[in-house]
Amino acid sequence: MRFAFTEDQLLLRDTVRGLLARECPPDVVRSAWEARSGRAPSVWAKLAEAGVTAMTLSEASGGLGMDELDLALVLEEAGYAGLPDPLVETVAVGAPLLEAVGTAAQKERWLDAAAAGDALIAVGFEGQPFVPHAAVAAVALLHRGGDLYAVPREELPLEPQVSVDRSRPIARVDYAPDARHRVDAGDRAALDAAVGVAFDRAAWATSCVLLGLTRRMLDLAVQYAKDREQFGKPIGAQQAIKHHLATALIRQELARPLVYRAAWSLAHRDSVRDHGAHVSMAKVHAANAARHVAKTALQVHGAIGYTIEHDLHLFQKRAWALAAMYGDVGFHRARVGAATLPD
Amino acid sequence: MDLTFTERENAFRAECRAWLERHVPKESLGSGDTREGFARHLEWERELFDAGWAAVSWPKEYGGREASLFEWLIFEEEYYRAGAPNRVTQNGIFLLAPTLFEFGTEEQKARILRPMARGDVTWGQGWSEPNAGSDLASLRSTARRVEGGWLLSGQKTWCTRGAFCDMAYGLFRTDPAQKRHHGLTYFMFPLHGEGVTVRGVDRLDGDEGFAELFLDELFVPDRDVIGEVNQGWYVAMATTSSERGLTLRSPGRFMATASRLVDLYGRYRASAEPALRDAVIDAWIDAEAYRWYTFQTVTHMVDGQDVGASSSLNKVFWSEMDVRTHETALALIGDRLELDIDHDAPESAGDAVDEGAWMRGFEFALAGPIYAGTNEIQRNIIAERVLGLPRK
Repeated sequence: MRFAFTEDQLLLRDTVRGLLARECPPDVVRSAWEARSGRAPSVWAKLAEAGVTAMTLSEASGGLGMDELDLALVLEEAGYAGLPDPLVETVAVGAPLLEAVGTAAQKERWLDAAAAGDALIAVGFEGQPFVPHAAVAAVALLHRGGDLYAVPREELPLEPQVSVDRSRPIARVDYAPDARHRVDAGDRAALDAAVGVAFDRAAWATSCVLLGLTRRMLDLAVQYAKDREQFGKPIGAQQAIKHHLATALIRQELARPLVYRAAWSLAHRDSVRDHGAHVSMAKVHAANAARHVAKTALQVHGAIGYTIEHDLHLFQKRAWALAAMYGDVGFHRARVGAATLPD
Repeated sequence: MDLTFTERENAFRAECRAWLERHVPKESLGSGDTREGFARHLEWERELFDAGWAAVSWPKEYGGREASLFEWLIFEEEYYRAGAPNRVTQNGIFLLAPTLFEFGTEEQKARILRPMARGDVTWGQGWSEPNAGSDLASLRSTARRVEGGWLLSGQKTWCTRGAFCDMAYGLFRTDPAQKRHHGLTYFMFPLHGEGVTVRGVDRLDGDEGFAELFLDELFVPDRDVIGEVNQGWYVAMATTSSERGLTLRSPGRFMATASRLVDLYGRYRASAEPALRDAVIDAWIDAEAYRWYTFQTVTHMVDGQDVGASSSLNKVFWSEMDVRTHETALALIGDRLELDIDHDAPESAGDAVDEGAWMRGFEFALAGPIYAGTNEIQRNIIAERVLGLPRK
């Protein structure tokens, strides 16, 4: 038993943390809001230079062959920075899914480009009302009627919607399945398994991002409590504020180990029977912690936190959207229940 | 990261499980916090010690097995999974012993540890005073220097199982010129004999678990001072972080409670509203979260990192989780929840044993946010020492 990341994994985290602190400050997130683009192209290019976009593809496909444990802390940092680009969909979910089940032509068209940072991938699972990032992705992987389709951007019928998080371009996609786009998984069981793993990766990777968002909102609130003075002293000297923030930290820190445990289970899914339940536990706690800290951080900030001028809402709105994405708390709790409760 | 157990750890788990299956009493020993129940529990503690399970992580010379921290967690998981009795020796083994290992002399360790672990000498803690609870540093009990030792005077309270224990430990002011945390000394002292009066206090759950201790020039020899004179506060802090932290409440206990809750749900699910099903699942997830949080903490400890004030974080979580879990159980039980265990009839059978155990467990869980430093104090510690918020 050893529950800790390796030196290399921590080093990669530090690299990405430094890169995002320089390249993706709140102003950059705001410009994605203003442009409604969901993109921070210069940041994405830097991440690609650092190898992040190639992490999850195998070495045979020109990637780095890294696993969920390598990716976990990178995703968390992306959450902390509020990176608008689809790191979850492109790197954690789309690239490995396309590599696993795409046709030779599909892989040739998109994998190298994705690894190089030149192509984004969107994913739409059955029942998902919106496909985020579809408008900026080169290809959308859509699960429809039990089959999976890799649909190029120019053939995708998009009906853009407005997200509460304006840096998230979401769209309704009314796609009529077209055999030309179908992937080639061999048989149905193999495809179902691949899509199942992809969904678990999406829910888990979103949990990692939520952890980062949670930490950012808590950092903002703690800093504000130290700086803001009322009654002649910092508001953070008041027990009411201390207790709010202590509770927020507990929620965050008790979500973290479940998210990391799920990373391990996904990376070892051949031998871990319950990896789906582990992912769901992670998503329940990460989503609940993020929503809790979003409320606490706003309360600690008071009225200034209730403005567009302040950065808090950038992270708060992302957290609300992601808490419900790829299975909300009710969905994932039910999945844990199915694995643990008597029928 | 490697979340599998080693062959050695798996073998250790199998050995624990096999022994516990053969030896855990089939009948409930009743509460360990009544005089009769305490005596029954001590017989069990002796059986544990004689087989080498009383304090698995201790050195062999003191009756342990030199188990690693992970093996200790495994033992705890198996212990509670087997439904084994609560440990009435815990205030010695898990609170005093860590202090002795860190600050005690060889003589103290040789004299005290084995009888403590075998339950031959039982220990209660003497921290709180009537006017020094959360504000422990305001304590007023004193120790006056005399030939060969000290005379202890004052009043201590909330001494768990103090009504039945042989010995206690606590802080006394040895330098009246110094204020608050300074000038205190850590003493071990007897609960019987001249100069000490012990009065049991009935707790909310009906057990005579607490005691008030009245000390009037109780003589304590120099050999029963732990650490240096006037340095007691720093010595005691080592113990209190053990108390809050994983040594007092390992995850095995809460995993066993969550597992019992799932069984209870199985019996009551026909009448359970959907929100209760959700609460049962949340209780399960919380126990899992605490388990993995602990594995993460222990990995940091094995790596030699200071986990410091994070024990406060962990104490707030487990104590509040335990209350929620029991509230969920009582909600499942519905209007039968008022069934209690009859102390005077330990053989009481049927519903009362199980449903009553939940009410009793609920009452005990309610103490969790209070003892070992209230959760309000813990939240202050988290805010000031982890988040760096200003004290004033």
